[in-house]
Amino acid sequence: MEMIKIDKKDWNKGLDRSRKTYRLVGPVKRAGEDLAGFYELADKEHPDMGAADTVLSAKSVVYPQTEVMFRYTTDKNSPDCNRLKRPAADYSPRAVIGIRPYDAAAILMLKKNFDTPDYRDPYWCDAYEACTFVGLAVDAPSSTDFSTSTGSGPFSEKGLDVLLVDMAGHYLAKVLTDKGAAYMKAAGWQRAADAKAAAQQIEKKKKAAEALIVSSVSFDKIARKSILDLYKADFWDDVAFSCINCGTCTYVCPTCWCFDIQDESKGKTGVRYKNWDSCMYPLFSLHGSGHNPRGTKTMRARQRFMHKLKYFLDKYDDGIMCVGCGRCVRSCPVNIDIRRVCELMNRYGPDPDACAV
Amino acid sequence: MLAYTDRIKEIARALLTDCRVELVIGFRKGTVPMMNEPCFINSPDEADQLVWDSNCGINLANYLANRTEKIGIVAKGCDSRNIATHIIENKIGRDQLFIIGVPCQGMIDRRKVNAMFDGEVREVVESDGLVTVRGADFEKSFEKSELLQQNCSVCTHRNPVIFDEMAADPVDEQQGVDRYADVREIEAMDPQQRWDAFEKLLAPCIRCYACRNACPLCYCPTCFVDEARPQWVGKSQNPVDVRTFHFLRAYHCAGRCTDCGACERACPVGINMRVFTKKLEKDCFESFGWEAGLSPDVRPPLDTYRPEDPDDFIK
Ligand code: SF4
Ligand code: SF4
Ligand code: SF4
Ligand code: SF4
Repeated sequence: MEMIKIDKKDWNKGLDRSRKTYRLVGPVKRAGEDLAGFYELADKEHPDMGAADTVLSAKSVVYPQTEVMFRYTTDKNSPDCNRLKRPAADYSPRAVIGIRPYDAAAILMLKKNFDTPDYRDPYWCDAYEACTFVGLAVDAPSSTDFSTSTGSGPFSEKGLDVLLVDMAGHYLAKVLTDKGAAYMKAAGWQRAADAKAAAQQIEKKKKAAEALIVSSVSFDKIARKSILDLYKADFWDDVAFSCINCGTCTYVCPTCWCFDIQDESKGKTGVRYKNWDSCMYPLFSLHGSGHNPRGTKTMRARQRFMHKLKYFLDKYDDGIMCVGCGRCVRSCPVNIDIRRVCELMNRYGPDPDACAV
Repeated sequence: MLAYTDRIKEIARALLTDCRVELVIGFRKGTVPMMNEPCFINSPDEADQLVWDSNCGINLANYLANRTEKIGIVAKGCDSRNIATHIIENKIGRDQLFIIGVPCQGMIDRRKVNAMFDGEVREVVESDGLVTVRGADFEKSFEKSELLQQNCSVCTHRNPVIFDEMAADPVDEQQGVDRYADVREIEAMDPQQRWDAFEKLLAPCIRCYACRNACPLCYCPTCFVDEARPQWVGKSQNPVDVRTFHFLRAYHCAGRCTDCGACERACPVGINMRVFTKKLEKDCFESFGWEAGLSPDVRPPLDTYRPEDPDDFIK
């Protein structure tokens, strides 16, 4: 694995050089004053590498909140009459600079849904393939970061092409994939660091960062509990009581993947969109008949936690559908805390590890 | 605050012990700084969970609509006004409620406090009007008045307007506050400036509708934005639709909004959509001398007619 040293004074220059072949995306403040998010960087604009984490995750880079799927016209005079036309979109290479390790790990989770042997979502896959993920290791994890217990962590390399580690005057860049190497080349960052010393330095910083993590979840017993027992558990009314079904938790979440499809038409032309959706909304499960199988907020709140902490775990046998970024904990307006719910689920009912007597 | 908490616990415990209510709605301690979680308790031994401090900004009236039980509810000034509004609008019966009134001294603005520091705020403690904010490598104390939510700093109804028992003696109401300075600033703009200001304000909106859902007034079985037949509003991030949602929502709250601030507090991206509802609140005050929710017995101006109602808008 290649280690590269990037002097901070070469940082912006390198980014600018890479713009010849890459569109850059990174954390910057836009729109509202305190809303940092992952946006495409304007010419001369550079990512804010020192900022605390973004309110919204980086998932919008591959999975925008609103995306046009196709346009159509029923105008007989048009050569495109009755054809569904996918709009031209820019899938040229884009480098996602400063993505947090847990967000990159989350993108691999999204991949489980959008890129399967049976189905391939072309919009998601094309965007994903265009991306090179240049992550930034987290030195000072927040008190709501529990990523080490979800299989990610402040220095996790999952889903990344390059991992950057901030060494004050310079970055150490651990190049993890060919895509990563290609980006480093395009940026002109080619000064090899002493691989062994760099690995040691990174390891040291990693240990220090992990030691700063104060929050964790356990789900070791959830896999062996029955779905129905958990579904019927007695704590859901208490968990859900304060929930206002705003869906904020699912919108800020890097792993939530649900979307809704909407048509908008005017006269003879129309557009079909994908929009983020959320199982916290009554409309999410409302049937055309008017029946709603998830008609109460307790059912909806339960769905979110059961999906993340039980169904996903059972289906993929690869941990929970949560990378522990803590965003939902910070953004929920009524302080519903997934760490608490995970604990309730893990503890619920007979202990599968208990000795039989 | 501690004394308030003790008294709230006592009252709640007694209500449940004597079976005068089936549940009590209040707050329990949150898991992150400056947050408490609304909760219900239905047995006397759970009363110890209840807390009260300056992090109880969520409007508990939101949890009452259409409930059928007998309920004890903790209510600060604005909650009590929204309870009164619920009673007028038949969302709950007065006889179903035992209102535990809490004289309020304002709620801490979590977003403002977080924005004051570069590092993460890890702990916020208050005692005697002093609030101490701590992070990994900083500590600073403030007068609580410096950290209030904007709506609390201009609130003139801190004491509950209806209650069955008070958790403490009433507090002095704030005198001489200018409630509408922010609205006047927007009124003074020319149309283009105002348009630009609204565009900028709404740009970060992700249409989660937390503002709507945190609001006790928004209890419609199907909100106009969720209606599919006919579909009034598109669902994408198109700015026209985002705007439509905000403007119409504000109008639906006209004459009903108590400026409790629940909407602004709930917004994950920090939009002050209260400027819209406040403008309508100001209009109601100026045109009809109306402040929402001061009594469960007086019908609001938008559903009553009085011969002396102003009509100079008819040209
Ligand atoms: S953010 Fe909180 S209140 Fe909103 S839907 Fe999620 S859990 Fe419920
Ligand atoms: S569930 Fe919450 S903590 Fe987990 S990945 Fe999603 S937003 Fe982050
Ligand atoms: S938690 Fe809900 S919104 Fe998120 S992926 Fe699962 S079903 Fe979809
Ligand atoms: S809470 Fe904020 S982001 Fe959500 S719909 Fe309201 S203004 Fe928009």
